[in-house]
Amino acid sequence: MTDAVTFRGVSRHFGTVKAVDEVDLAIRDGEFFAMLGPSGSGKTTCLRLIAGFEQPTAGRIEIFGERAEGVPPYLRNVNTVFQNYALFPHMNVLDNVAFGLRVKGVGRAERHRAAEESLELVELAGYGARRAGELSGGQRQRVALARALINKPRVVLLDEPLGALDLKLREQMQEELRKLQRALGLTFVFVTHDQDEALSMADRVAVFAGGKIQQIGSSEDIYRRPASKFVADFVGSSNVVPADLAGVGAAGQWASLRPEDIILDASGREATVTGKFFHGRVTKLSLNVNGQSLTALIPAHETTPEIGETTHVSWEPSRAHLMEHEA
Amino acid sequence: MSGFDTTQPAIFTPRSGPLSRTVDWVIRHPRMFVFLMVLPITLWLGIVYIGALIALLIQSFFSIDEFSGIVVREFTFKTYGELLRPYNLDIILRTVSMAAAVTIAAAVLAFPIAYFAARYAKGKWKALFYIGVMLPLWSSYLVKVYAWKLVLAKEGILTWLFAKLHLTWLLDGLLSLPVIGGNSLSVSYTGTFLVFLYIWLPYMIIPVQASLERVPGALLEAASDLGATPRQSFRMVLFPLALPGIIAGSIFTFSLTLGDYIVPQIVGNSRLFIGQAVYTQQGTAGNIPLAAAFTVVPIVIMGIYLWGARKMGAFDAL
Repeated sequence: MTDAVTFRGVSRHFGTVKAVDEVDLAIRDGEFFAMLGPSGSGKTTCLRLIAGFEQPTAGRIEIFGERAEGVPPYLRNVNTVFQNYALFPHMNVLDNVAFGLRVKGVGRAERHRAAEESLELVELAGYGARRAGELSGGQRQRVALARALINKPRVVLLDEPLGALDLKLREQMQEELRKLQRALGLTFVFVTHDQDEALSMADRVAVFAGGKIQQIGSSEDIYRRPASKFVADFVGSSNVVPADLAGVGAAGQWASLRPEDIILDASGREATVTGKFFHGRVTKLSLNVNGQSLTALIPAHETTPEIGETTHVSWEPSRAHLMEHEA
Repeated sequence: MSGFDTTQPAIFTPRSGPLSRTVDWVIRHPRMFVFLMVLPITLWLGIVYIGALIALLIQSFFSIDEFSGIVVREFTFKTYGELLRPYNLDIILRTVSMAAAVTIAAAVLAFPIAYFAARYAKGKWKALFYIGVMLPLWSSYLVKVYAWKLVLAKEGILTWLFAKLHLTWLLDGLLSLPVIGGNSLSVSYTGTFLVFLYIWLPYMIIPVQASLERVPGALLEAASDLGATPRQSFRMVLFPLALPGIIAGSIFTFSLTLGDYIVPQIVGNSRLFIGQAVYTQQGTAGNIPLAAAFTVVPIVIMGIYLWGARKMGAFDAL
């Protein structure tokens, strides 16, 4: 099967800034692919390279096997949901959604019917006559999605689409996006700086830093087996500790240790509690073990020590993951 | 806690002095604050400006006694009847055509400059743009118009330049055209048009630039992403969003051209424009009612123009 998008040695430099630097990437047909990284890591530039808003300085981009370098955005069957939705303020919702058909010369009645269908798909049927300014953030998000889907693109690009939404709405939209992507069987490429969002939604995740991909893998791979100290740090919540302390390698190497794998154990190592945060199902403890800071998640039914107290903790060395490269 | 003085009061003592106390009082009464802010402009617009306009309108319904030359202060449409005589209608038509041509040309010229400034110019380039656009406004309008007369004259630099480029035939061809031609550029409508275009151009560039500045780049990317060719993006997204700015600019260029009496006096043939007609009627001819009636024409035209622009949805993007 042809991959949806492939990058071979793709670079995009802005003067001396290497926004994207020799990236190799293969996004499979029909997958939900997340590009995760801090701001300035090159993930958004990669998305823009797929959309055609940027052209690579070097390398080769293929979309379903066809060369895409030098091809302007309007000749690519790829559509984008923009970060701030970029809805046209001088058009109502229906005309916004129908825009992609209008530029193709589809007649008014037909394109409005198609736009209405597209709005139904995102559960906004009947909102056509409203202006973008009259909608809530979540509704604008859906309009942007309906607009991006109307041309029946081969790849849908989403640039931090949920960033502006509040937590509850974001979780709901995550679920709906995922459902929609499965139902349509389309390739979705999703840019986010939110680790939880990337891990929970995507089939596969690429972690970006400094214009390069640090690791590509399934969510579980990234979470359980981070390839580098950077990935472990960024994907977050994981403790990055010297390998000898974790009990899986020699000094100088690094290992990742999940906070939920650390348990209170009277026969374990001595640890000082430096912070305690109640999270409902779990209690998060900040610990100091031999000068090394560790975070532990303790199930709520266990009694936890107070700040300043000394306790004992342990972990199964096999749960710690030794990281292959240094970064 | 260190560093925090718990003996400090939670509420500080009220400020003294009449000015400070008045300010504190106004701050506590937002409606009064707004009232004080709009008071001067309301007085200015309401009394000085609107009042003068009404006086003008009233004058235009008076007439002049043809023998004595004294204004008859009785309501009549006689002056407007005079305004509609072929000779005066020609003046109106000439002025409106010139204003329309200048406005369209200014919009076409201003758009790319404004687009560059709004989208690409950053930092010192933007400063340079503003200086470049505003600089001509710092010098006297009369000096500029006279300078243009010399530039456009038969012995002027433009004729010389055309000769050097072996394009004299082109200039001669242009000048031999009916209506827009003449003995030289400085005594033709083409010359008048060029000078109007030059002096009013900044008034078009600035509002268009301001309106383009407010169009997020992502909107153009979205259009392109959805399959719009650059031409379609311009027609369906950029132009409609810039339209309020173009209309604002055209109000300046159009009304300034409609009312001007100096440019056609210095550069152009001897045929009158509305401004010159007003000048002559209220001066030499002493026909204040007809001068007032002439002045009402641009006001009515601008009213119709704005109403039409609104109808066509020019302000929808505001």
